Amino acid sequence: MRKILVALLFLLFGTSAYADCNIKSGSINILANDFPALRTFVETSKQCKGSADFKVTHSSEHNKIAVPALTANPSEFSARIAANSSIVPLMNQDLIRPLDDLVKKYGKGIQDSQLITIDGKVMAVAFMANTQHLYYREDVLKDLGIAVPKTYEEVVAASEKIRASGKMQYPYAAAYKAGWNLAEEFVNMYIGHGGEFFKSGSAEPNVNNAKGVATLNMLKKLSELSNPDYLTHDSEAIKVEWEAGNVALMTLWASRSGTLLDDEGDANITKATKLTGPATVAGGNIPAATLWWDGFTLAKNRPDADAEATFRALAHAASNKKMVADAADQAVWLVEGFVPGPKSIGVIEAVKMGAKPYPMLPQMGLMHGALGSEIVEFLQGKESAEQALKDVEAAYTSKAKEQGFL
Amino acid sequence: MPNKTFFWFFLPTGLAMILFIGLPIISTGVQSFYAQHDQVVKEVKKCDPFGCTVSIVVDNEATTKIREAKPLGKFNGFGTYIDRNHLATEEIKKFWNETETFGEFVDQVTNLPFYKALIFTLTYCIFVTPNVLLLGFIIALSLNAISRKIRGPLIFGTILPMIVTPLVGSLVLFWMIDSQGIIGANIQNLMNDPYLSLKSSKTLTWITIIIYGIWHHSPFAFVVFYAALQTVPQEPIEAAIIDGASRFQRIKHIVLPHIYPVVTFVALISLMDNFRVFEPIIGFSAEGSAQSLSWLIYDNLVNEEVILFGSAAATSMMTIIGIAILLAPVLVRTWKEFKTAR
Repeated sequence: MRKILVALLFLLFGTSAYADCNIKSGSINILANDFPALRTFVETSKQCKGSADFKVTHSSEHNKIAVPALTANPSEFSARIAANSSIVPLMNQDLIRPLDDLVKKYGKGIQDSQLITIDGKVMAVAFMANTQHLYYREDVLKDLGIAVPKTYEEVVAASEKIRASGKMQYPYAAAYKAGWNLAEEFVNMYIGHGGEFFKSGSAEPNVNNAKGVATLNMLKKLSELSNPDYLTHDSEAIKVEWEAGNVALMTLWASRSGTLLDDEGDANITKATKLTGPATVAGGNIPAATLWWDGFTLAKNRPDADAEATFRALAHAASNKKMVADAADQAVWLVEGFVPGPKSIGVIEAVKMGAKPYPMLPQMGLMHGALGSEIVEFLQGKESAEQALKDVEAAYTSKAKEQGFL
Repeated sequence: MPNKTFFWFFLPTGLAMILFIGLPIISTGVQSFYAQHDQVVKEVKKCDPFGCTVSIVVDNEATTKIREAKPLGKFNGFGTYIDRNHLATEEIKKFWNETETFGEFVDQVTNLPFYKALIFTLTYCIFVTPNVLLLGFIIALSLNAISRKIRGPLIFGTILPMIVTPLVGSLVLFWMIDSQGIIGANIQNLMNDPYLSLKSSKTLTWITIIIYGIWHHSPFAFVVFYAALQTVPQEPIEAAIIDGASRFQRIKHIVLPHIYPVVTFVALISLMDNFRVFEPIIGFSAEGSAQSLSWLIYDNLVNEEVILFGSAAATSMMTIIGIAILLAPVLVRTWKEFKTAR
């Protein structure tokens, strides 16, 4: 008994001694999205908080909180875990601080490729990559003699075949929830068609064209093969559908693969769940998907001491070889020492196929918002593709005018 | 009450109202006339783990200078009010000239976000308010007629929908009408149509939200009516019974006139509440099919990563005006009655 106790104590001491980064003061308060990899990342940084205060808010509503919370002075959060899209509003409003000094002083283990530099200044440190790619049920495809789809046309054909076989009524799923999710699917598909969202060198919208129409028609075809409630389904909802065995083909975030392949749920479904790269569309050679990074940024409106403490804790996680080894399943880490496992196939394939990153433009958020609400009626069959795209451009234009982009 | 006493009595409430309701409304009004400054952008090199590109960012130094000089933004007058996302005057003029039939014109106009939201909001008000009044009154009458012994628990059960948080109530219903939920799946079986979905059809979504609204608001009307029913004098009712008046006649000629002021009050409050319908849209994830004015404001403020203060302020002001217009007939009537009563 005593031996066990000693061993336990040793273990406790051992880990804390190993993790302490000797932070003496300051307070750390982090705002982050809510998925397993980010929880691991924040937990890892907590190990090294030393005597600093440590608070974290994980919320899927993080986008709604971020700008108001960081605008306050002093800001509510000292750090915000952001991605390609969510760093833009912070940049637009000048709410985050350059990290060059801190990287030089405390960022020893951070690789250069992790640094997000804008105009020569380090504005964020990335630690994981993400994308949306295809998941398929190996057993279902094998039974029906369907090859793993590589294009969305093949996805449609495969889904139709599965439906015709009577195995599943709604064989395809993707996060089509009206709003942000649906707009993201449009962005992916439009980029897959080789589309550009803005006329070159300006903030004028450019989606009402043949590529936009083709994009919408493909989304509609896929939606007809999905559960009729697709307009209310976000990533979590389609994950549940998948685990219930209702779906055989799905486009979902790479960062969710961990929860699909864990021990929870039906073992047979988990065993048959396989990952592959994102699909291409309309004979294009780049995938209909966007690449994303997740990284941390530090609030400008917060004392330097807090920024320093926060950076040191987060940098500890962003360069932690043990974390990426232990949590290799949860994400495609950009941290040194990461060995890609079977769950990272999607992102690695996407990078190999030359997928484009999500456009980091100041006015992209407005376009994304306009897409999310204006293409719904087309999918419901209430208006034509041309009319929907015209509405998108018009809605975007008046918002961009109000916001001073046009 | 002498005017002076009333003044001192009312002063604390009045001050709080000015501070917490009046001033914010004025500030919102002022904000609605301003738009953001023109964005100063510059081309810079951006590098991330996937490579480097040259693209644009907002020039923060230049923007800060402009912002410090004019913190409110660029004066826009009624610009935000008449742009496409609000009253869309120009678009409507264009549709009027371009479309051939009136139906086509209406189609085009109702495709604009503000009018889409207005139509849903009004439809919701028109269907929910009278039904809430009727249902509340019927429940109050029936509960008033049953034995006192079981009245307590029944009253509690009746006001449950009001106690349940709106979001929770709508979420429960949302899961029940899912195509695999208990209601959704049964309707599919009943109609023999596996593609039928209460959530994807616009009409069915509207009906669901309206039914939910009636369910949620009726207890309020019931509570007020029930309290009012306790004050109905017994003598005229007994006299009417002796005269041989039927139950319906007694309600029509004695009960209703007696509680009439309360009916007006409940109608006013319900109208105001219903005009601001919001929670069920979020709870039912119905953004795709049903948008209300309040939802538009919410959308402008949080749904996008770029916050549109001007748009949100303009929609808020128009919502206030909308409520005022809706309430006007009832208010005018009350005022007239008040005058004749004196």
